[in-house]
Amino acid sequence: MIHFSKEGFDKALEQGGLMMVDFWAAWCGPCRMLGPVVEDLAKQYDGKAIVGKVNVDEEQELAIRYGVMSIPTVIFFKDGKEIDRKVGVMPAGAFTQVLDSNL
Amino acid sequence: MGHDIIVLGGGPAGLAAAVAARGRGKTVLVIGNPWQDSPLARAERVDNYLGLPGQTGAELVGTFRAHAEELGTDFVTGRAISLMAWNGFMVTVGSQVYDGQALILAPGVVRQAKYPGEAEFLGRGVSYCATCDGMLYRNRPVTVVGRSKDAPLEANYLQSIGCQVTYVSAREPEGLDRAIPWVRAGKLAVKGDQTVTALEADGADLPCAGVFILREAVAPTDLLPDLETEGGFIRVDRRMATNLEGVFAAGDCTGLPLQVAKAVGEGHVAALSACEYLDRKQP
Repeated sequence: MIHFSKEGFDKALEQGGLMMVDFWAAWCGPCRMLGPVVEDLAKQYDGKAIVGKVNVDEEQELAIRYGVMSIPTVIFFKDGKEIDRKVGVMPAGAFTQVLDSNL
Repeated sequence: MGHDIIVLGGGPAGLAAAVAARGRGKTVLVIGNPWQDSPLARAERVDNYLGLPGQTGAELVGTFRAHAEELGTDFVTGRAISLMAWNGFMVTVGSQVYDGQALILAPGVVRQAKYPGEAEFLGRGVSYCATCDGMLYRNRPVTVVGRSKDAPLEANYLQSIGCQVTYVSAREPEGLDRAIPWVRAGKLAVKGDQTVTALEADGADLPCAGVFILREAVAPTDLLPDLETEGGFIRVDRRMATNLEGVFAAGDCTGLPLQVAKAVGEGHVAALSACEYLDRKQP
C-alpha cells in the first residue's frame, strides 16, 4: 500500500502500467470505511497493478489537478492516462472489475 | 468492536427490532434522528394501537424508546450517510464509522424526489456530506440546500472552514450563522457543464462550485444501490429479508399500511430473522 506524495505519484504515473489511486482524508468517515478495502486490493493485485492512496489534505495540488470534488474518489490510470473513476463508497467488486479488464 | 445488529431508524419498527434482538442476547446499535422528530411523535392521538388507546404519538414512541433503552440497546443520534458490506456491514454517521454483522433497515418513508441534475452531478459538485467534502471547496462559493434540522449547523461548519456559503430552504432556518445569506426557494435544480456551475432556485441562478443537499435521511436505495424495491418500497419476504444477504427491513419502508402495529410486528420479525441469520453464520 503506497501513500503517495506528489513526487511519488508523478513518478509512478510516468512508469506507466495500471494504477488505482484512492483520494481520501482522515476527517472523511466514508473514506475510512473504504480504507480496508483498498488495502486488501493492494495485496490482491501486488505485482499486477499499483494500488495507492493520496491524502487530499496533504496533497491538495493532486486533488485539484484531477478535479476531485467528493471523497472518497478512486481514479484508475493506465500508461499515465485516466481511464476510469469511481466516486463514493462502492463494493470491492466495482474496483476489481475495472482492474481485471485492464490488466 | 462492532455490534451484532445495526438498526437504521429509531421509530416503532427499529425499536421493536432492538427489543426483540436484545431478548435473544444480541448487541444492538440503533442509528437514527432524535425520536422526538419522528412522524409518529407529531401525531396528536393514536387510537388503534392494541391495548394502549388514546395516547399521543410522542407518548407511544417515548415508551417504546424507554423499553429499548432499559434492555441495553445502544443508540447513536445522526444520519447514516454511507454504508458498505465488508466483513459484515459498516455505516458512516458524520465522521464516525460503526460496524455490525447484520443490518435492519427501519428508516420509515423517506419522501424525497431528487432535484433535476442532482444525480447527474453527484460527485461532480453535488455532495451529501459537508464534513467529507467541505475542505475541497474552501474559498469557493457553495450552496447548502437545507432539508433537515441540523442543516444550518453544517452550513455554519462550511462557512467556518472558508467556503462562501449561501443557504437555500423553503422555510426560515434556525441557528444559521448571520453572516450566511439565506435564500427562500422551493423549486430547485442543479445546473452545470462538466461540473456544477449553479443552483437554480425558483428560476434564479445562484452561481456556485458545489451544492450540499442535506436531507433528514439518505434513502436506503442510495445507501445500498443493489437493494430491490417494488413500487417505491423495499421488497421483503415473510421473514422480512431483503434480496441482500444479512439485510432485513421493517416498518413503513416495506409498504402500506403505514401503521404503528404493523411496524412493530415487522420489526419483531426482522430482528428474529436477523438473530437466526447470525446464529447460522457463527454457531
